[in-house]
Amino acid sequence: MAELTLREKFDKDNFVVEKLDNLINWARAGSPWYFQFGLACCAIEMMAASAPRHDLERFGVFPRASPRQADVMIVAGTVTIKMAERVKRLYEQMSDPKYVISMGSCANSGGPYWQHGYHVLKGVDLVVPVDVYVPGCPPRPEALIQGIMELQKHIKTQSTFGKAKNV
Amino acid sequence: MSKENLIDKSSINTDDMILNMGPQHPSTHGVLRLKIHTDGEVVSKIEPIIGYLHRCFEKHSENLPYEQIVPFTDRCDYLSSMHMSHAYSIAVEKMMDIEIPERVEYIRVIVSELQRIASHAFFIGVFGLDVGAITPFTWVFRDRERIIDLFETLTGARLLYNYVWPGGVSHDLPEKFITRTIEFLDYFEPQLIEVDELLTTNKIFIERTADIGVLDKDIAINYGVTGPALRASGVDFDLRKNEPYSIYDKLDFDVPVGRGEMGTVGDSWDRYIVRFLEIKESIKIIRQCFKSIPEGDVHAALPKKVRPRKGSTYSRFESSRGELGYYIISDGKNVPTRLKMRSPAFSNLSVLPYLSEGWMISDVITILGSLDIVLGEIDR
Amino acid sequence: MSKKTLTDSISSINESIAYDEETNIFSLKEVGTWLDIATEIKNLNFNYLMCITSIDMENSQLALAYNLHSTETKDSIEFNLFFDKDTEIPSVESLWRTADWHEREAYDMMGIKFINHPDMKRILLPQDWEGYPLRKNYKVADYYHGMYIPKDKTSWE
Repeated sequence: MAELTLREKFDKDNFVVEKLDNLINWARAGSPWYFQFGLACCAIEMMAASAPRHDLERFGVFPRASPRQADVMIVAGTVTIKMAERVKRLYEQMSDPKYVISMGSCANSGGPYWQHGYHVLKGVDLVVPVDVYVPGCPPRPEALIQGIMELQKHIKTQSTFGKAKNV
Repeated sequence: MSKENLIDKSSINTDDMILNMGPQHPSTHGVLRLKIHTDGEVVSKIEPIIGYLHRCFEKHSENLPYEQIVPFTDRCDYLSSMHMSHAYSIAVEKMMDIEIPERVEYIRVIVSELQRIASHAFFIGVFGLDVGAITPFTWVFRDRERIIDLFETLTGARLLYNYVWPGGVSHDLPEKFITRTIEFLDYFEPQLIEVDELLTTNKIFIERTADIGVLDKDIAINYGVTGPALRASGVDFDLRKNEPYSIYDKLDFDVPVGRGEMGTVGDSWDRYIVRFLEIKESIKIIRQCFKSIPEGDVHAALPKKVRPRKGSTYSRFESSRGELGYYIISDGKNVPTRLKMRSPAFSNLSVLPYLSEGWMISDVITILGSLDIVLGEIDR
Repeated sequence: MSKKTLTDSISSINESIAYDEETNIFSLKEVGTWLDIATEIKNLNFNYLMCITSIDMENSQLALAYNLHSTETKDSIEFNLFFDKDTEIPSVESLWRTADWHEREAYDMMGIKFINHPDMKRILLPQDWEGYPLRKNYKVADYYHGMYIPKDKTSWE
């Protein structure tokens, strides 16, 4: 018999026995509230992803303005050297567990400005640790949704109470 | 609601507080930092600090050939990218003496006006969000997606198109583009009436925007303000009528000017209504273009090598934010010697400290929203 | 105003103004008199300063290009100033407030200092940045506040 998901077990029996780790991961993956950090053109595609057509809210994703209330930081747009210190400071203000999605080719590796950009940071992973990279210039809202689904898969492999897994 | 002191300070010892609206803030339209000196809630001085998105566009343009600069111009003002590449192509063609086919001119005007509708519609949604109304934002984005669908059938991209090249355009109109656009325009005009009923005569909206941030016309010209913000102060100045480029001299449209219907001439309500009326004028222009667009080959005038003659030129263009200027110096090589982009939002933002003295902090958000800035083109 | 009367009235302000017929540009080499000339130009109804561009000429000189427009007579002129590096230019901020931010940008990118400017500091780059990026011989430093600025792709391939 194939392994049933938590939702299917609950629908089947109304009485579920499950590891505490899986329950916590299910709750966390179901509502990753993001910290709106739109910097440049990718911010418009991030706003379009929460707009009526692509509707991010059906994934439980909701924008929050303050870093203390958010789980995920979506760095959307070019990070310049003047802005990099602020990115680091805002990342440190978020409370654990926190994740970072790097959206767009400018945040991944400097983007089209890699060659002569003296003021462009070549990738936001030089200042904060990144979990998911979403490529594109700018990435379509569907690509951002795929990035969030990858993040949900990653959250479900975390272990808070058990031994740390080698992923 | 007026600009005088709201508290009697003769018996209290007060001091200025410096409030930092940092580079990351939900209502600053991008990475803008405002250092606000306030006395309680009333603003005494504002210092905008920019440069958090400086991406070295001018240095890139000194090292890349002319054709390869077009994607970089798109990324400066990402909400009206067709305007940026159109203005750049006009500047380069001025120095090259090419004869552009008429079909290309019509296509460029259609695409520019569609982009103007998308940009102004975006402004309406985001300005409503600044003032506190969330519904117009969702309605506007639903309709803007249909414009983006049209652009996707034309160029393949949703936001940054790389479409208007010096000498022509990159693809011809696909088969059903004209019928689909006319269907969209017929669908969009009643939607505008709905948004109009929601915002324009709404009592809360009027109280938040009328008489706030009044910009006098001589001060506006002195600060270099252009575009809808200047027209809202009563100055009838639109580059498409005063110094027509492309085929705008053959088209019939009006230029909306602010008249102070709800308050004073040049307040934030005027800046909103001018953009709203410009959407209607753009729809008129597109319909006229479709009636008289000729046939032809859009790649006929594309040069094999873009090598302008020696010299310099300053060419002006009316983008959705104001006067967009390109100053290009060429040495006869295929790489520009110097390229400077005069962005409209740069000068529009410089009038913010003058406009917001004496108002409260929430009025500063309204004034900043009504100036309609995009940080990508301010910082380049 | 016809073109001939316009060029005559501007050239007559000061004898050091040169006018090039082909390119239609006025130029000035003695920059000390620039503020007086600009005041006279503003009195001729040129009330709108469109753009100030800073240029690095190849022969170790710098240049500034001012584009002006009159909203009443609909004329546009261009005025170029040529000077050596380290010369200070009088600021025209008191005549056209547009020049405030444009001159700060010229200082930031090209290192041109302006006299009598109310707020002469960098506008786009951080305040402690070294060097003036748009000069042709600019070499960016390797590190800034601990962040590495790579010059080519080999560092991350």
